Amino acid sequence: MPFVPHTPEEIREMLAVIGVASVEDLFAEIAPEMRPKSFDLPSGKSEMAVLAHLERLAGKNVSGQVSFLGAGFYDHHVPAAVDALTSRGEFYTAYTPYQPEASQGTLQAIFEYQTAVSRLLGMACANASVYDGGTALFEAAMMAVRQTKRRKLVVCEGLNPIYRVMLGSYTANLDLEFVTVSHRQGRSDLAGLAQAVDDQTAAVLVQSPNFFGCLADYTALFQAARAKGAVSVVSAYPVLQSVLKTPGQMGADVAVAEGQSLGLPLSFGGPYLGIMTCTKEMIRQMPGRIVGRTKDLDGRTGYVLTLQAREQHIRRQKATSNICSNQALCALRALVHLCLLGEEGLKRTALLSVERAHYAAERLTALPGVELMNDAPFGNEFAVRLPVNAFEVVDALTARGYVPGFPLGRYYQGLENCLLVACTEKTGKEQIGILAEMLGGMLA
Amino acid sequence: MKTIFKESVSGREGCWPQAPAADAATLLPKDMLRGAPADLPEVSELDVVRHFTRLSRKNFGVDGNFYPLGSCTMKYNPKFTETAAALPGFTRLHPLLPQLKGAGRFCQGALEVIHHLEQLLCEICGMAAFTLHPMAGAHGELTGAMIMAAYHRDKGRKRTKIICPDSAHGTNPASATIAGFEVVNIPSCDGIVDPAELAKVMSDDVAGMMMTCPNTLGLFEKHLPEIVSILRAKDALLYYDGANLNAILGKMRVGDAGFDVVHLNLHKTFATPHGGGGPGSGPVGVSEKLVPFLPISRVKKLEDGQYFLDYDQPKSIGYVAPFYGNFGVALKAYAYILRLGREGLTRASENAVLAANYLRKRLEKNLEVPYDRVCMHEFVASAVEQAKKGVRALDIAKALLDKGYHAPTVYFPLIVKEAIMVEPTETESKATMDQFVDDLIAILEQAESDPAAVQAAPVTLPVKRLDETAAARNMELTDDL
Repeated sequence: MPFVPHTPEEIREMLAVIGVASVEDLFAEIAPEMRPKSFDLPSGKSEMAVLAHLERLAGKNVSGQVSFLGAGFYDHHVPAAVDALTSRGEFYTAYTPYQPEASQGTLQAIFEYQTAVSRLLGMACANASVYDGGTALFEAAMMAVRQTKRRKLVVCEGLNPIYRVMLGSYTANLDLEFVTVSHRQGRSDLAGLAQAVDDQTAAVLVQSPNFFGCLADYTALFQAARAKGAVSVVSAYPVLQSVLKTPGQMGADVAVAEGQSLGLPLSFGGPYLGIMTCTKEMIRQMPGRIVGRTKDLDGRTGYVLTLQAREQHIRRQKATSNICSNQALCALRALVHLCLLGEEGLKRTALLSVERAHYAAERLTALPGVELMNDAPFGNEFAVRLPVNAFEVVDALTARGYVPGFPLGRYYQGLENCLLVACTEKTGKEQIGILAEMLGGMLA
Repeated sequence: MKTIFKESVSGREGCWPQAPAADAATLLPKDMLRGAPADLPEVSELDVVRHFTRLSRKNFGVDGNFYPLGSCTMKYNPKFTETAAALPGFTRLHPLLPQLKGAGRFCQGALEVIHHLEQLLCEICGMAAFTLHPMAGAHGELTGAMIMAAYHRDKGRKRTKIICPDSAHGTNPASATIAGFEVVNIPSCDGIVDPAELAKVMSDDVAGMMMTCPNTLGLFEKHLPEIVSILRAKDALLYYDGANLNAILGKMRVGDAGFDVVHLNLHKTFATPHGGGGPGSGPVGVSEKLVPFLPISRVKKLEDGQYFLDYDQPKSIGYVAPFYGNFGVALKAYAYILRLGREGLTRASENAVLAANYLRKRLEKNLEVPYDRVCMHEFVASAVEQAKKGVRALDIAKALLDKGYHAPTVYFPLIVKEAIMVEPTETESKATMDQFVDDLIAILEQAESDPAAVQAAPVTLPVKRLDETAAARNMELTDDL
């Protein structure tokens, strides 16, 4: 049997020590009426056959398109060393670092990860990760609810619509009130958001850049929220944070992010990485694992899981969250990625992406009837209004090997003609030219 | 060892992409720029490779060490599953592709993986349907609790309580609470759930009960049929925590046994790596009556053999994940299940139970085993005798680290004093287990002859015991500049 090392002789020896005649005797407590009604699975296959099967399935996906699809999930280059280092067995076959003396590698890496993402988002501290950007946003909202003991959440419609649906699903039984403030032609309504925050508000939740790619300075909004005693939560795009004003500089209390763009493949939706950072004042509300630096008995520096009184294995139903397994290996990937690129490399990645997106916007809006949805500044993603239905454009061009972007009508009524276009440093100027020509041909 | 930030040298070139145009930053409004640097490290590729290679050497992992870690099923993680998950045809797929009109056709292979794995899990567990969306075990518990709430809401009644036995994993009560329930704990009797205690707390407020079988003591819950009938009488639901599924593959199916909801830990039973704490994957299976409440979206198969994503689920609890769960992890479990097949999975459980009983028998003369009868995939010993002389379960755990073993789970389950919970799994050889027994017995002997030496362990690792109190007090959570 694959992966079971015992010889028949060894099995006999073990049975003799136990004092039973057969392995089946060990299952005697499972009464006949409790036995499986069926267990109709295929027979095992060789490694070669399984891999051939999976290669065939992988081949049924068309993954070679030129893609302008982003919408929160971006195809950035991942240096080869990320895979090489994170596939070391000492990292990926390790358990959760509950035995710190045997886990200093994982623990120091998490500490460095906490440092890197805190610096990137301009916040004081971070946890060791949650599942993804959406669960990070939900956990941030719950931090605010606990901190303020209030139950109203003011949500910007410019927040990723998938995350807003997740928020609604998670809180269905929690008796919270949501106030959603509409976007204005893709721009976040800063005045409307500020107005919606009152002295019953637990948190205001925004995204930077917002789902439509628009940049906005939330400093005044966060100030207004603070004046009402509400917590400010922002969901950020970590690559652009190397050049953009940080959540910390804007006065956010909790900053979260989807960390996929930091060294993780798109991989059809996961595993991804929920980055969570906050101010020192909020740290005791933070869910999940946190690593702290300390000393051992001999005074040597070491790392441990800390503030564990917040967690489920200690507090059970009184814990800040139910999270146990997180995305540790994904956090390690993000850390290694950030170290390989460094300050300059990440800035270059961000600015190259911004540069390509602006070139794409210029080329696309030169086509008759194509215009930007608004005149807000943008980073590496922007929304255009087409003279035709965006779904049809996406359908037609995708079939020709170019995914032109995300049709905003999928999530926003009335925006059926609008297309969200993303670029990264991998997007070639030539490819942008071809996209413009193809779209031009369709519109002619 | 220095942090990577302290190795930074200003101006040193790393893995940089080409330079953008000199004026690229002018495309962004000046007042939106961060100004101050992020202070990410400036290091070369070799600096990074050395740093993380050295860090990795400060870790135990299944590849190098035996992990007899109860409740965590640290079995060997076969390498070919990594190859499967790294195929570019999977890793390059954007998750929004199938949401574009007509583009379901660009990811037929990925949708087939999801559909087929869900079907395999249904057959393994005897459930009507599975979702792969939950991204870890506790996330599966939360999803399951949300489904239980939705079921009762759909019946037009508010059920406010979930029952957990005192032997339950800490995530069970935490997940139930996050889902909006009040948790009612009931005491075990002789290590297993006592139907009389359950009957005492049963009422029309109870939405369901969360349990695992075998339970966290490694004992089979033999009153299961009675528990099921007590719950069914009130139309309350029974939830199965899949952490211990590795004991019963091919021997019992949770659906046949009367469970309504189940989560699995693909990173336990189905051999995907723990990654130093994640990513896991916590698929949830349900019985027929709960299928309408599963999260959106569901992969369905058309008559022509094409797969598509169905978003039209009016009774669904909604979205628990942005897309389809930790797809990369699901791929590894899928490859593992295909490799083992029906026979291999059954043999895995048989040998896991064999190994646990072998270790139990070999150790029962040296350590107290509070429930000393045939166990399933794990057993709980107790260091109460040693503790009387000052050597506690934790000390024994630390002394095992010195001998190259990851410590067993200690102080859990909470109902056993000085608990030492051992789960060898089916992938460790008899020779490894024999050596473990010899080494553990040597530690227990040393606990008699020289308790201070055991209390001082570990001494061979990169650090000795760490000051956790100081860590919590000083809260040094990032590297200072």
